[in-house]
Amino acid sequence: MIPLPWLVTLSAIVFAIGVVGVLVRRNALIIFMSVELMLNAANLAFVAFASHLRSLDGQIFVFFVMTVAAAEVAIGLAIIVHLFRLRETVFVDQIHLLKG
Amino acid sequence: MLAALFFGFAALLVVTSLMVVLHKNPVASALFLVLAFCSLAGIYLLLHAEFLGMVQIVVYAGAIMVLFLFVIMYLNLQHDVETGLQIAVRRGIGWLAGAALVLTGAALLRRGWALGPANDSVPGMESGNVAAVGRVLYSRYLFPFEITSILLLVAMVGVIVIARGRSRSARDGA
Repeated sequence: MIPLPWLVTLSAIVFAIGVVGVLVRRNALIIFMSVELMLNAANLAFVAFASHLRSLDGQIFVFFVMTVAAAEVAIGLAIIVHLFRLRETVFVDQIHLLKG
Repeated sequence: MLAALFFGFAALLVVTSLMVVLHKNPVASALFLVLAFCSLAGIYLLLHAEFLGMVQIVVYAGAIMVLFLFVIMYLNLQHDVETGLQIAVRRGIGWLAGAALVLTGAALLRRGWALGPANDSVPGMESGNVAAVGRVLYSRYLFPFEITSILLLVAMVGVIVIARGRSRSARDGA
Protein backbone atom coordinates (compact mmCIF):
# COMPACT_ATOMS: atom_id res chain seq x y z
CA MET A 1 0.00 0.00 0.00
CA ILE A 2 1.52 3.30 -1.12
CA PRO A 3 1.03 6.06 1.49
CA LEU A 4 -1.49 8.71 0.50
CA PRO A 5 0.80 11.75 1.18
CA TRP A 6 3.37 10.50 -1.34
CA LEU A 7 0.72 10.28 -4.04
CA VAL A 8 -0.79 13.67 -3.25
CA THR A 9 2.68 15.22 -3.21
CA LEU A 10 3.46 13.72 -6.62
CA SER A 11 0.13 15.02 -7.90
CA ALA A 12 0.91 18.52 -6.56
CA ILE A 13 4.37 18.51 -8.17
CA VAL A 14 3.01 17.47 -11.57
CA PHE A 15 0.24 20.06 -11.31
CA ALA A 16 2.80 22.78 -10.49
CA ILE A 17 4.90 21.74 -13.50
CA GLY A 18 1.79 22.11 -15.65
CA VAL A 19 1.11 25.58 -14.23
CA VAL A 20 4.71 26.60 -14.92
CA GLY A 21 4.38 25.33 -18.48
CA VAL A 22 1.27 27.42 -19.08
CA LEU A 23 2.94 30.53 -17.60
CA VAL A 24 6.37 30.15 -19.19
CA ARG A 25 5.83 28.81 -22.70
CA ARG A 26 4.41 30.83 -25.58
CA ASN A 27 3.68 27.99 -27.98
CA ALA A 28 -0.05 27.26 -27.91
CA LEU A 29 0.54 23.52 -28.44
CA ILE A 30 2.92 23.30 -25.46
CA ILE A 31 0.40 25.23 -23.37
CA PHE A 32 -2.18 22.61 -24.32
CA MET A 33 0.17 19.81 -23.29
CA SER A 34 0.71 21.55 -19.94
CA VAL A 35 -3.06 21.69 -19.45
CA GLU A 36 -3.10 17.95 -20.11
CA LEU A 37 -0.43 17.52 -17.42
CA MET A 38 -2.61 19.41 -14.93
CA LEU A 39 -5.64 17.27 -15.80
CA ASN A 40 -3.56 14.15 -15.24
CA ALA A 41 -2.31 15.44 -11.90
CA ALA A 42 -5.93 15.88 -10.83
CA ASN A 43 -6.66 12.35 -12.10
CA LEU A 44 -3.80 11.00 -10.02
CA ALA A 45 -5.24 12.68 -6.91
CA PHE A 46 -8.66 11.14 -7.70
CA VAL A 47 -7.20 7.65 -8.05
CA ALA A 48 -5.06 8.07 -4.94
CA PHE A 49 -8.04 9.01 -2.78
CA ALA A 50 -10.21 6.32 -4.38
CA SER A 51 -7.57 3.77 -3.45
CA HIS A 52 -7.18 5.21 0.05
CA LEU A 53 -10.93 5.28 0.76
CA ARG A 54 -11.50 1.84 -0.85
CA SER A 55 -14.12 3.36 -3.16
CA LEU A 56 -14.61 3.14 -6.91
CA ASP A 57 -16.28 6.54 -7.36
CA GLY A 58 -12.95 8.32 -7.78
CA GLN A 59 -12.03 6.01 -10.65
CA ILE A 60 -15.37 6.74 -12.35
CA PHE A 61 -14.62 10.45 -12.10
CA VAL A 62 -11.23 9.92 -13.73
CA PHE A 63 -13.06 8.20 -16.57
CA PHE A 64 -15.25 11.27 -17.04
CA VAL A 65 -12.25 13.62 -16.82
CA MET A 66 -10.56 11.63 -19.59
CA THR A 67 -13.66 12.01 -21.78
CA VAL A 68 -13.77 15.76 -21.22
CA ALA A 69 -10.02 15.97 -21.90
CA ALA A 70 -10.44 14.15 -25.21
CA ALA A 71 -13.22 16.54 -26.28
CA GLU A 72 -11.18 19.54 -25.12
CA VAL A 73 -8.08 18.46 -27.02
CA ALA A 74 -10.04 17.89 -30.23
CA ILE A 75 -11.72 21.32 -30.06
CA GLY A 76 -8.52 23.09 -28.98
CA LEU A 77 -6.40 21.60 -31.72
CA ALA A 78 -9.06 22.50 -34.30
CA ILE A 79 -8.95 26.09 -33.05
CA ILE A 80 -5.13 26.10 -33.23
CA VAL A 81 -5.16 24.76 -36.79
CA HIS A 82 -7.70 27.42 -37.75
CA LEU A 83 -5.62 30.16 -36.06
CA PHE A 84 -2.53 28.96 -37.88
CA ARG A 85 -4.33 29.26 -41.21
CA LEU A 86 -5.35 32.84 -40.38
CA ARG A 87 -2.20 34.12 -38.66
CA GLU A 88 0.61 31.72 -39.71
CA THR A 89 1.71 31.41 -36.07
CA VAL A 90 0.92 29.43 -32.92
CA PHE A 91 2.67 31.82 -30.53
CA VAL A 92 0.09 33.29 -28.21
CA ASP A 93 1.99 36.61 -27.95
CA GLN A 94 1.32 37.28 -31.61
CA ILE A 95 -2.37 36.38 -31.39
CA HIS A 96 -3.88 39.42 -29.70
CA LEU A 97 -6.84 40.43 -31.83
CA LEU A 98 -10.42 39.34 -31.34
CA LYS A 99 -11.15 40.34 -34.94
CA GLY A 100 -10.99 37.34 -37.28
CA MET B 1 9.13 -3.60 -3.86
CA LEU B 2 5.94 -1.56 -4.23
CA ALA B 3 7.67 1.54 -2.90
CA ALA B 4 10.63 1.04 -5.25
CA LEU B 5 8.30 0.71 -8.24
CA PHE B 6 6.36 3.77 -7.11
CA PHE B 7 9.51 5.87 -6.77
CA GLY B 8 10.72 4.71 -10.17
CA PHE B 9 7.47 5.65 -11.88
CA ALA B 10 7.23 8.92 -9.91
CA ALA B 11 10.76 9.96 -10.84
CA LEU B 12 10.08 9.13 -14.49
CA LEU B 13 6.82 11.11 -14.34
CA VAL B 14 8.42 14.22 -12.83
CA VAL B 15 11.44 14.17 -15.15
CA THR B 16 9.38 13.68 -18.30
CA SER B 17 6.87 16.36 -17.21
CA LEU B 18 9.76 18.79 -16.75
CA MET B 19 11.11 17.87 -20.17
CA VAL B 20 7.67 18.56 -21.71
CA VAL B 21 7.89 22.10 -20.34
CA LEU B 22 11.59 22.67 -20.97
CA HIS B 23 12.24 21.13 -24.39
CA LYS B 24 12.41 23.52 -27.34
CA ASN B 25 11.22 21.03 -29.93
CA PRO B 26 7.42 20.50 -29.85
CA VAL B 27 7.70 16.94 -31.24
CA ALA B 28 10.10 15.97 -28.43
CA SER B 29 7.74 17.56 -25.91
CA ALA B 30 4.85 15.47 -27.21
CA LEU B 31 6.92 12.27 -27.04
CA PHE B 32 8.01 13.06 -23.48
CA LEU B 33 4.33 13.59 -22.65
CA VAL B 34 3.59 10.08 -23.98
CA LEU B 35 6.26 8.74 -21.61
CA ALA B 36 4.76 10.72 -18.73
CA PHE B 37 1.32 9.24 -19.43
CA CYS B 38 2.77 5.73 -19.56
CA SER B 39 4.48 6.15 -16.17
CA LEU B 40 1.20 7.51 -14.78
CA ALA B 41 -0.50 4.35 -16.09
CA GLY B 42 2.09 2.35 -14.15
CA ILE B 43 1.20 4.23 -10.97
CA TYR B 44 -2.50 3.51 -11.62
CA LEU B 45 -1.64 -0.19 -11.88
CA LEU B 46 0.17 -0.02 -8.53
CA LEU B 47 -3.01 1.50 -7.04
CA HIS B 48 -5.17 -1.41 -8.28
CA ALA B 49 -6.89 0.76 -10.91
CA GLU B 50 -6.15 -1.61 -13.78
CA PHE B 51 -8.99 -0.37 -15.98
CA LEU B 52 -7.81 3.24 -15.72
CA GLY B 53 -4.23 2.21 -16.40
CA MET B 54 -5.23 0.58 -19.67
CA VAL B 55 -7.55 3.46 -20.63
CA GLN B 56 -4.73 5.90 -19.82
CA ILE B 57 -2.45 4.17 -22.32
CA VAL B 58 -5.10 3.63 -25.01
CA VAL B 59 -6.83 7.03 -24.83
CA TYR B 60 -4.11 9.40 -23.63
CA ALA B 61 -0.86 7.92 -24.90
CA GLY B 62 -2.63 6.52 -27.95
CA ALA B 63 -5.41 8.72 -29.27
CA ILE B 64 -4.78 12.15 -27.75
CA MET B 65 -1.02 12.23 -28.28
CA VAL B 66 -1.37 10.98 -31.86
CA LEU B 67 -3.71 13.93 -32.41
CA PHE B 68 -1.09 16.27 -30.92
CA LEU B 69 1.71 14.84 -33.06
CA PHE B 70 -0.48 14.98 -36.15
CA VAL B 71 -1.19 18.69 -35.61
CA ILE B 72 2.45 19.51 -34.82
CA MET B 73 3.64 17.85 -38.01
CA TYR B 74 0.74 19.26 -40.03
CA LEU B 75 1.68 22.79 -38.98
CA ASN B 76 5.39 22.01 -39.61
CA LEU B 77 6.54 23.82 -36.45
CA GLN B 78 10.21 24.60 -35.98
CA HIS B 79 12.10 24.95 -32.71
CA ASP B 80 10.69 27.66 -30.47
CA VAL B 81 12.68 30.89 -30.40
CA GLU B 82 12.07 32.55 -27.07
CA THR B 83 14.62 35.21 -26.26
CA GLY B 84 14.52 38.76 -24.95
CA LEU B 85 14.19 40.49 -21.60
CA GLN B 86 10.40 40.29 -21.49
CA ILE B 87 10.43 36.52 -21.99
CA ALA B 88 13.13 36.09 -19.33
CA VAL B 89 11.14 38.13 -16.80
CA ARG B 90 8.01 36.14 -17.54
CA ARG B 91 9.92 32.88 -17.26
CA GLY B 92 11.25 33.88 -13.84
CA ILE B 93 7.78 34.86 -12.65
CA GLY B 94 6.38 31.55 -13.95
CA TRP B 95 8.94 29.46 -12.08
CA LEU B 96 8.40 31.52 -8.91
CA ALA B 97 4.65 30.95 -9.15
CA GLY B 98 5.19 27.21 -9.62
CA ALA B 99 7.53 27.07 -6.60
CA ALA B 100 4.97 29.00 -4.53
CA LEU B 101 2.30 26.48 -5.57
CA VAL B 102 4.47 23.52 -4.50
CA LEU B 103 5.29 25.22 -1.16
CA THR B 104 1.59 25.90 -0.52
CA GLY B 105 0.80 22.26 -1.23
CA ALA B 106 3.59 21.13 1.09
CA ALA B 107 2.28 23.41 3.85
CA LEU B 108 -1.21 21.93 3.42
CA LEU B 109 0.17 18.38 3.48
CA ARG B 110 1.81 18.90 6.87
CA ARG B 111 -1.60 18.68 8.54
CA GLY B 112 -3.26 15.34 9.13
CA TRP B 113 -6.45 15.75 7.13
CA ALA B 114 -7.02 12.45 5.36
CA LEU B 115 -9.82 10.27 6.71
CA GLY B 116 -9.19 6.59 7.11
CA PRO B 117 -10.79 4.03 4.79
CA ALA B 118 -14.44 3.24 5.35
CA ASN B 119 -13.87 -0.52 5.08
CA ASP B 120 -10.89 -2.77 4.63
CA SER B 121 -11.72 -4.67 1.46
CA VAL B 122 -10.55 -3.25 -1.85
CA PRO B 123 -13.59 -3.14 -4.20
CA GLY B 124 -13.31 -5.37 -7.22
CA MET B 125 -10.63 -7.56 -5.64
CA GLU B 126 -12.60 -10.79 -6.09
CA SER B 127 -14.18 -10.16 -9.51
CA GLY B 128 -11.60 -7.82 -11.05
CA ASN B 129 -11.32 -4.06 -11.33
CA VAL B 130 -12.86 -3.82 -14.81
CA ALA B 131 -16.00 -5.69 -13.76
CA ALA B 132 -16.37 -3.58 -10.62
CA VAL B 133 -15.91 -0.29 -12.51
CA GLY B 134 -18.38 -1.40 -15.16
CA ARG B 135 -20.96 -2.33 -12.55
CA VAL B 136 -20.76 1.10 -10.89
CA LEU B 137 -20.57 2.96 -14.21
CA TYR B 138 -23.69 1.33 -15.64
CA SER B 139 -25.78 1.57 -12.49
CA ARG B 140 -25.15 4.59 -10.28
CA TYR B 141 -23.40 6.71 -12.93
CA LEU B 142 -25.52 5.71 -15.91
CA PHE B 143 -26.97 9.18 -16.50
CA PRO B 144 -23.60 11.03 -16.45
CA PHE B 145 -22.27 8.31 -18.74
CA GLU B 146 -25.02 9.04 -21.29
CA ILE B 147 -24.40 12.79 -20.96
CA THR B 148 -20.76 12.06 -21.80
CA SER B 149 -21.80 10.60 -25.15
CA ILE B 150 -23.66 13.83 -25.95
CA LEU B 151 -20.54 15.80 -24.99
CA LEU B 152 -18.44 13.75 -27.39
CA LEU B 153 -21.01 14.24 -30.17
CA VAL B 154 -20.99 18.02 -29.60
CA ALA B 155 -17.18 18.04 -29.65
CA MET B 156 -17.15 16.07 -32.91
CA VAL B 157 -19.58 18.44 -34.63
CA GLY B 158 -17.72 21.44 -33.23
CA VAL B 159 -14.36 20.22 -34.53
CA ILE B 160 -15.77 19.68 -38.01
CA VAL B 161 -17.38 23.14 -38.07
CA ILE B 162 -14.24 24.89 -36.79
CA ALA B 163 -11.70 23.02 -38.89
CA ARG B 164 -13.68 23.44 -42.13
CA GLY B 165 -13.29 27.19 -41.67
CA ARG B 166 -15.14 29.78 -43.64
CA SER B 167 -13.57 29.06 -47.00
CA ARG B 168 -16.68 27.42 -48.42
CA SER B 169 -19.07 30.10 -47.17
CA ALA B 170 -16.70 32.81 -48.45
CA ARG B 171 -16.69 31.19 -51.89
CA ASP B 172 -20.46 30.89 -51.84
CA GLY B 173 -20.84 34.52 -50.81
CA ALA B 174 -18.48 35.83 -53.47
